[in-house]
Amino acid sequence: MKKSAFLGTLTAATFAAGFATAGTLEDVKAADELKCGVATGLAGFAAADAAGVWQGFDVAVCRAVAAAVLGDGTKVKFVPTTGKTRFTALASGEIDMLARNTTWTFSRDVDLKFEFVGVNYYDGQGFMVPKALGVSSAKELDGATVCIQTGTTTELNLADFFRSNNISYEPVPIETNAEAQAQYLAGACDVYTTDASGLASTRATFENPADHAVLPEIISKEPLGPLVRHGDNQWGDIVRWTLNALITAEELGVTSANVGKTGMEAGKNPEVNRLLGTEGDLGAMLGLDKDWAARAIAVGGNYGEIFEKNIGEKTAIGIARGLNASWTDGGLIYSAPFR
Amino acid sequence: MPDFSYVRSEMLPEKAPPKSEVGIYGWLRTNLFSSVTNSILTVVALYFVVSLLRGVLPWAFSPTWGAESLSDCRGILHELGREGHFAGACWGVIRERWTQLLFGFYPIEALWRPLVAFILLGVAMAPVLFTSVPKKLLWFSAVFPFLCFWLIWGGSIWFPLAIFAGLLLAGVAFILVTRYSGSTLVGVIATMLVPVLWWIFFTDPVSSAVHFVLPISLEQVESQNIGGFLLAVLIGLTGVTLSLPLGVILALGRQSDLPLLKYSCVAFIEFIRGVPLITLLFVASTLLNYFMPPGTNFDLVLRVMIMVTLFASAYMAEVIRGGLAALPTGQYEAADSLGLNYWTAQRLIIMPQALKISIPGIVSTFIGLFKDTTLVGIVGLFDPILLSTNIRADQAWNGVLWELYGFIGLVFFIFCFSMSRYSMYLERKLATGHR
Repeated sequence: MKKSAFLGTLTAATFAAGFATAGTLEDVKAADELKCGVATGLAGFAAADAAGVWQGFDVAVCRAVAAAVLGDGTKVKFVPTTGKTRFTALASGEIDMLARNTTWTFSRDVDLKFEFVGVNYYDGQGFMVPKALGVSSAKELDGATVCIQTGTTTELNLADFFRSNNISYEPVPIETNAEAQAQYLAGACDVYTTDASGLASTRATFENPADHAVLPEIISKEPLGPLVRHGDNQWGDIVRWTLNALITAEELGVTSANVGKTGMEAGKNPEVNRLLGTEGDLGAMLGLDKDWAARAIAVGGNYGEIFEKNIGEKTAIGIARGLNASWTDGGLIYSAPFR
Repeated sequence: MPDFSYVRSEMLPEKAPPKSEVGIYGWLRTNLFSSVTNSILTVVALYFVVSLLRGVLPWAFSPTWGAESLSDCRGILHELGREGHFAGACWGVIRERWTQLLFGFYPIEALWRPLVAFILLGVAMAPVLFTSVPKKLLWFSAVFPFLCFWLIWGGSIWFPLAIFAGLLLAGVAFILVTRYSGSTLVGVIATMLVPVLWWIFFTDPVSSAVHFVLPISLEQVESQNIGGFLLAVLIGLTGVTLSLPLGVILALGRQSDLPLLKYSCVAFIEFIRGVPLITLLFVASTLLNYFMPPGTNFDLVLRVMIMVTLFASAYMAEVIRGGLAALPTGQYEAADSLGLNYWTAQRLIIMPQALKISIPGIVSTFIGLFKDTTLVGIVGLFDPILLSTNIRADQAWNGVLWELYGFIGLVFFIFCFSMSRYSMYLERKLATGHR
């Protein structure tokens, strides 16, 4: 009896595997490891620490997905990808998901055949100038020399902004953020422009951060988010709803500290119950078990905790929540309901 | 006979050379101030050297070895009353991350493995590099690549040994088949076929079977954890050892009379030399992914090693072809007149001379290859430069620039300078006087 049941299960599993062609979820479970593409080193978002352990805001998303799927936030193989290799790595199946502060754009979503599952950080291109320059608005930057990373969308945004405001600038092309810092501090350019999060982390490293100001103009929309390949909707749903679970957890006050307790005894809030699997069966719809979201939250905390730990105002980078506050606090971070 | 003479009969004692020609004064005069132009050049050069040192030394001598972050460094320097952007170097980053710069993310508890491999590398290279070392050690040099692979990547020892057994089988096949068939051609074909069949069909089962009986294994280390100078040395060393024989074969092929062989060698060399290394690296990291069936896990480090080796062997082929072209025709004719066949003539007469002529070119290619390994960062492998980016992504060290580059530059200099010194030693030793 037992043996035939086992054989039956095995057959069913074989058929299921046969029908679900190239299911990323099955692949991940079979490998017992999530292959997650991250940046090769970006302050606050992805970096290996002195012990070689990956830390950061994007890294935390990978860990949450690994915890939801495999039950362990450490079962992640971090594949460092450069700006040039990230999309091929994802398209070719070398990685299962990409969390590498990648801007969600039309062409990437549609033409490159990826699926952005959400936004985990709303960024935008800004300007940093020395206060000694006496500039209070980007529109006063006529004739300025601007340090800019070549081959990125920031270059195009900059050209658009200056042209639409009828002012001129002189670009100083640079390759990396480190080079930009050195050039800017040496006075090779009056202005440094890149994503506002990058400006914040760069400014925080200066000897006298107060001597430099980030101008109020944000000239582009850079919604950054994790992405997966087209064509595997189940896997896309898992990553999307793991991110949503982190966001919803913050909204509902579920933290890494209390997730175990709230999950134990069914609380009063039905959405918390649905999120943590004490009520309803949302996990099974995803092809996971009941506790998937609880595990994802337990590994690094909810969205707000992850933000505060990696890039928040208490860290050396010190980015305010701003647009990235929960919608209940006037920000843009918003998740569809767990229902 | 009168007891006087018109010329001096005894030697005068040697006089001390004039003060202006010996000692420090003389050295200065001959080397630094021998003419007005040289004196001016000396003074100008001294000025530049001194002002450079005056800028760099105070910066470099900065008591920040124990600092935990860049702001820590600034605090230490501030207490000493040193202010400003170039107040002093922040060496704490090297103290905290030097293992990462040297070995990447290699597990700390297993660091002895690359160290042992490095020491054994010295033993393996000694008989190749120096004639005074007993030749029997060459056996160790032959086994070393497999031992090194096992030490660095870990896993079962039987897998690399089984691969090595394939090479031994090839040798046995050559001897046996040649003896019994009487034809060298059949022997050569067997030599190529036997190890390939062995590697495809038998390596895995045999090594796992032996491992089952006698499990000797080290903990496996994934390729992506190998980085820093360990990665640079691994890629460089593979490229260097494999590109030399490949280059010799390609150079000979290019001079061959067989059109098919000749033009395939020419096409290979010209194609590889015609594309930048970065393009080849992109092919290795991205394009190959599309061609391989999904799910195959062809190690990126291995792919990059293959590409770097191909790249280096094309350049090596041209360097060696230069050496071959420099040999007078008389050498070839002399070999022919002695009745030597093609391979014996190459081995005994042509190659020793051609290689000797090409030593500076060969070593330059090696040094260039070693430095080119920093390019692998663009495909996401952690070479020392990309590691420095990663270290800066830690907000504690964000903004530290020259300390990291200085350290990396110093280590590269040690490697490249010793290679160039060795090449000069070799040239002196092999100088048999053609001048």
